[in-house]
Amino acid sequence: MTPPLAWYLGLSAVLFAIGVLGVLIRRNVIVIFMAIELMLNAVNLSFVALARSSGSMDGQVIVFFVMTVAAAEAAVGLAIILSMFRNRETTNADELATLRW
Amino acid sequence: MVIETTWLRWIVALPALGVLFNVFVGRRATGAVKLVGPGVVGAAFALAVWAALRRPEGGALHDHVYTWIVAGPFRAEAGLSFDALAMVMTLVVTGVGFLIHVYSVGYMHGDRGFARYFAYLNLFTTAMLILVLADNLVLLFVGWEGVGLCSYLLIGFWYEKPENAAAGKKAFLVNRVGDAGFLLGLFLVVATLGGHGIWTLDVATIQENRALLKDVAWLVCLLLFVGATGKSAQLPLYVWLPDAMAGPTPVSALIHAATMVTAGVYMIARLHFLYALAPAALAVVAVVGALTALFAAAVATAQMDIKKVLAYSTVSQLGYMFLGLGVGATGAAVFHLVTHAFFKALLFLGAGSVIHGLGGEQDMERMGGLGTRMRITFVTMAAGTLAIAGVPPFSGFFSKDEILWNACAGAFPVLGVIGLLVAFLTAFYTGRLFCMTFFGECRASEDVQHHLHESPAVMTLPLVVLAVLACAGGFLDVPGLLGGEGHEAHAPLAFMLLATALAAGGLGLAWALYVKWPGLPSLVAWRLGAFYRLVRDKFRVDELYDAAVVRPVFALAEVSATRIDPQLIDGAVNGAGRVVSATSGAWRRYQTGNVQHYALSFLAGALALLGYWVTR
Repeated sequence: MTPPLAWYLGLSAVLFAIGVLGVLIRRNVIVIFMAIELMLNAVNLSFVALARSSGSMDGQVIVFFVMTVAAAEAAVGLAIILSMFRNRETTNADELATLRW
Repeated sequence: MVIETTWLRWIVALPALGVLFNVFVGRRATGAVKLVGPGVVGAAFALAVWAALRRPEGGALHDHVYTWIVAGPFRAEAGLSFDALAMVMTLVVTGVGFLIHVYSVGYMHGDRGFARYFAYLNLFTTAMLILVLADNLVLLFVGWEGVGLCSYLLIGFWYEKPENAAAGKKAFLVNRVGDAGFLLGLFLVVATLGGHGIWTLDVATIQENRALLKDVAWLVCLLLFVGATGKSAQLPLYVWLPDAMAGPTPVSALIHAATMVTAGVYMIARLHFLYALAPAALAVVAVVGALTALFAAAVATAQMDIKKVLAYSTVSQLGYMFLGLGVGATGAAVFHLVTHAFFKALLFLGAGSVIHGLGGEQDMERMGGLGTRMRITFVTMAAGTLAIAGVPPFSGFFSKDEILWNACAGAFPVLGVIGLLVAFLTAFYTGRLFCMTFFGECRASEDVQHHLHESPAVMTLPLVVLAVLACAGGFLDVPGLLGGEGHEAHAPLAFMLLATALAAGGLGLAWALYVKWPGLPSLVAWRLGAFYRLVRDKFRVDELYDAAVVRPVFALAEVSATRIDPQLIDGAVNGAGRVVSATSGAWRRYQTGNVQHYALSFLAGALALLGYWVTR
């Protein structure tokens, strides 16, 4: 007996909301980064659940793409954070606000 | 008959190659410059002689190098034409030019800018040859501007002295005024002929279609004449030429006496068919020429600087040429151009030899008695003096006589009378120059006298050649060579006697005043008082121009610099900037630079879109 689709989607929505709040509220860039990963995986979950319920493989395929992109993004993002830390000795998002007029 | 060739271009190209050599190699190989600088001009002269021999009787050689400009229907070719007039000019430019190049090797010996000097001089020769050989007015204008540039560069050759640089600038700016008129004339020709579907400035084509220019001919001629007054130093634009003497003396001889300043005469002789359509413009040319001749000759009688005397003499002689052109005696005018090139180059080079021997002294008050110390210079200068004074059988006599007789026999005999008066003044001031330099007691300081020496052979040899030309040049039949000017009358014997008497009188007066009774000139000057001072100060024309033109322009520039530029121009620019920054000031507060603020606006946007899709 599998749980109904709504449960999966509900879990996905909760995870996504946590991710959004993490991005908006936390000040540590690494945590913000992890929150972004959380949002990606929330979306992955809903893709997989919907693919399962509709009997189509499309959603599962998309998930592979998302995971690939997430891996690349993690590599680039962590590199940026690392070099920012080397230059500024901080990972606080409030202090990294010089890219403006 | 016109024969097409492909080698005429080398007459122009050889001096141009000399320029390249002197610019890129010359500084490291001064010895080679001594050979290459004069050598290329000598080779061009040889080629010009060859071309003169190959030219068909009454025809021309032509060399179409390439098609230069194609702009819509307008076309300009880079083409060279070697007809009788161009032949005379080319031979003078390369022949006299070669002698002056050789002379320069001695005169500029040891100068720091030796290679630079020859680069400029060769560049000048190139530009002048383009000017005289061009078969269309666009290419002629290239040469016209090119010689102007070289003139500027060579006047300011010793640019470390501020007054030399200022003289160069003055020449350039005064010439600009004339060149503006020249350009407007060209535009008018193009526009008028273009209206009839003929889009070219080819001289032969203009000549064929000159009937189309009948209505505007007077304006075209006057505008072109404005250009000629600038380049050929006529009233009212002559002021640059006396100052141009700041350059090295051989430059004064080549550019500011023998060749470049005759460009205006050449141009009008080249376009005489156009001037024939506009008798009023021709009358203006004649009157301006006669007045310039008189004015400059009067100034020359009271100058003390040997080069200034010769400079005003050049202005005066150019006035003669324009007088000749104005009364329709084109052949006589070009004839005088040629003989003038010989004897004026000779006089300048002789003056240069004197200056060289006296260690840079130019004031005739501190010369005198050089006749026995500088034999060759003395004898050659004597030939030049007799030639310019118009004593037969020296060259100046023949050409000047033809101009004067044509002026007397023309529509305005009064111009001829002015010309005769100028002939007397000419004989007087050249006689004065000669007597003050070579006769009497030497007034130079002991030290200078000790170093006094005759110039080396490389300088005296050109003097001798030019002296021979100044003696014999009058027997060249230049008017006959130019042909088709059969209406030019030859002067009767009585007129020749009158002119000779005037020349002898002028020379005799100079002898009496400056050798026989040397105390007299200062007495005469004292008696004439204010008038003498007016003449000595060159009628204060420079001061007049300074007050009427230069200072108002400076005042205008001052207003622009202190009022218009900082307040109007800067005000507009800064005002525009301030408006933008004021309006954008509010918006830029949204750009905090904090990623989380951006993320929040993403979210707000995404939610708004979502709400829109859901509630729709």
